[in-house]
Amino acid sequence: MSNLQVSVYRYNPETDSAPYMQEFQVDTKGRDVMVLDVLHMMKEQDSGLAFRRSCREGVCGSDGMNMNGKNGLACITPLSDVVKNNKLTLRPLPGLPVIRDMVVDMGLFYKQYERIQPYLQNDTPPPAIERLQSPEERDKLDGLYECILCACCSTSCPSFWWNPEKFVGPAGLLQSYRFLADSRDTATSERLSNLEDPFSVFRCRGIMNCVAVCPKGLNPTRAIGKIREMLLADAT
Amino acid sequence: MSNLRSLTFDAIIIGGGGSGLRAALELAKSGKKTAVLSKVFPTRSHTVSAQGGITCAIASDDPNDDWRWHMYDTVKGGDYIADQDAAEYMCSEGPKAVFELEHMGLPFSRLDNGRIYQRPFGGQSKNFGEGGQAARTCAAADRTGHALLHTLYQNNLKNNTVFLNEWYAVDLVKNASGDVVGCIAMCIETGEVVHVKSKATVLATGGAGRIYASTTNALINTGDGIGMALRAGFPMQDMEMWQFHPTGIYGAGTLVTEGCRGEGGYLINKDGERFMERYAPNAKDLAGRDVVARSMVMEILEGRGCGEKGDHVFLKLDHLGEEVLGKRLPGIVELSKTFAHVDPAKDPIPVVPTCHYMMGGIPTNIHGQAITMDESGNDHIVNGLFACGEAACVSVHGANRLGGNSLLDLVVFGRAAGMFIEGALNEGIEYLDASESDIESAMKRITRWNESEGGESIPELKAELQEIMQTSFGVFREEKNMLEGVDKLALLRERIANAHLPDKSNAFNTARVEALELDNLMEVAEATAIAALERKESRGAHSRYDYPDRDDVNWLKHSLFFPATKELKKRDVNFKPKTVDTFEPKVRTY
Repeated sequence: MSNLQVSVYRYNPETDSAPYMQEFQVDTKGRDVMVLDVLHMMKEQDSGLAFRRSCREGVCGSDGMNMNGKNGLACITPLSDVVKNNKLTLRPLPGLPVIRDMVVDMGLFYKQYERIQPYLQNDTPPPAIERLQSPEERDKLDGLYECILCACCSTSCPSFWWNPEKFVGPAGLLQSYRFLADSRDTATSERLSNLEDPFSVFRCRGIMNCVAVCPKGLNPTRAIGKIREMLLADAT
Repeated sequence: MSNLRSLTFDAIIIGGGGSGLRAALELAKSGKKTAVLSKVFPTRSHTVSAQGGITCAIASDDPNDDWRWHMYDTVKGGDYIADQDAAEYMCSEGPKAVFELEHMGLPFSRLDNGRIYQRPFGGQSKNFGEGGQAARTCAAADRTGHALLHTLYQNNLKNNTVFLNEWYAVDLVKNASGDVVGCIAMCIETGEVVHVKSKATVLATGGAGRIYASTTNALINTGDGIGMALRAGFPMQDMEMWQFHPTGIYGAGTLVTEGCRGEGGYLINKDGERFMERYAPNAKDLAGRDVVARSMVMEILEGRGCGEKGDHVFLKLDHLGEEVLGKRLPGIVELSKTFAHVDPAKDPIPVVPTCHYMMGGIPTNIHGQAITMDESGNDHIVNGLFACGEAACVSVHGANRLGGNSLLDLVVFGRAAGMFIEGALNEGIEYLDASESDIESAMKRITRWNESEGGESIPELKAELQEIMQTSFGVFREEKNMLEGVDKLALLRERIANAHLPDKSNAFNTARVEALELDNLMEVAEATAIAALERKESRGAHSRYDYPDRDDVNWLKHSLFFPATKELKKRDVNFKPKTVDTFEPKVRTY
């Protein structure tokens, strides 16, 4: 069994004038391990290799990265899903500034998330127990609340690459719709008016890269479509 | 040292998981100058991995449910060394804390009447164990921790909490009187080290499951707060009590929620036998986790394990049907496919008991104030130091935590700590400033790593530590094996003290973080090992071949490990709840 050839993006701002690709040989002993396991093996060879990781089971969203050209989570991506001709190329999520190696500055991504006011707003005083919600109303949140903020979607979106300051991006819009769809939220019109400019929502061109890469199988494009419908209905 | 920049807050909360964020929310609302300092972006904290739910008597599934029944279960589940005043506080305040989460937007699953969905979990009963199985665990499908953590983060955004994300707390700073007056912390992105001054320092740093080779815990669970407190000389309570979750996925260690068994799944051995019927005739697969984990190990040791090596058992779920699995356990379906290559709608999941939760930690009262004990056995408050969540030992979990009680612990005691600190700040807190030498002593450790020129490698030492703990301090323990473990750890401590950090760069140096984490793993492992060796009985999760019985005469006590002398002392358990009669220790059967 020949070693896996891994080509990884390296950049240390203190020592490198420009980023470069470094080649690693990794002996996986023929096992179909996860890409994150491979990164750990590489880090044993070079402790300076920087990447984020936490839960290692696909729920914390730390290790979003670009693996052989496609965004995903390293911890739940087995080699058999991405490796071609025994080669694996690892790059940081595209479109965000690189801090070091695989670690990107997610500031813009978080800013867009914060912009949609990602919290329940309800202007009535809360009851002594929980607010009631029927199972059917609750079902509307499925496919929305599960987002883990890994940024795989927004950083695969050409509209977000072009206008990261003005286009909310698929992750933020998915969360926006999560609150618009919540029967307990009463801020619908404020939420919509916060989005009605030409960029926030309408820069989505329906390319659907977000849907193709979401490691949780969520569908931001559909959520964006629903917001558009609400905006258009609101305008007429 | 005087060139160290300082940041000043009324309260600094170290850790951005459930308890830290709940404490922060309380303080942010009060307008106190508060910051959350977290080594990962808060929603990457380990709370996000909690699956099954938050146990609380909100009387949704059963309108007659009673928090006293929950308290009884908790005390019994903890094998009677849970503090009854703390369990009383958690179970009675719980409903308020859970309703608050719902009001904040937590997307709980629902019953037809619109109330919060509750599922059965292990160790739950109605009517003080007399009324059969209860369904008391409030759930958002099988992603309750994710829903809870995101909801808390969102509400902290709403209330403008200050976040120092991707900052790493290195060590506590104590003043000349021994009060905790802040910490040394490092910005991971830039490598800058600062002195954080604070009137209240809250350790909400979670667990340390990474001391074991096989754990359900996130890679970040390295017991940083425990390490910091031990190095500052403060004692740890009940560190021998580690929960092994019955259902970690074989090989991968990832968690499969107890909710699977709550929804009707059960464990089988290689003969297809539902073996829990033999070990716990009433509760069966929903007995306490310690009981189920031991039963599984017995099956494996007696040759009835599954697979080629006979070293695991199976969790059978296929009879629940795709609809229940899709609706109630969607995350488990995903995880089993990814990590066990099994579709639970068709085949059983291979599982094995896996390190999951630290019942012990920093001893605190119900306000989160850290406690130490003097020579005569009297408790004393440690000024300026607080702890909540898994890092704390209030103790509501005693010798074995019930499923769903950790999320409740987080929000109830995070909230309680926040409220108490707000009150204390209002009354005014004045401690002596730290001197230059106080700060220097808190800088010692990071300076040591930064100046290291050679020595052994960090990942190898970590792997050795995890192997020692796995081998000598697992589900079943005995003296000979533990003595070997303690000796090996003593040698390992020396080696870690001389280990090498090859990468001294500043920008996002994860190797430096891992070096600092290794010190903390060492502290936690040592406290665990010595406490386990010294507690000469079997109780809850601490199970010894050489002392197979519970010994209430000598050990109906907390253990307290003192780092300076490495001694284990005993501390009284609280048997005085305020509003209910004491639950007297009984033989614990399920």
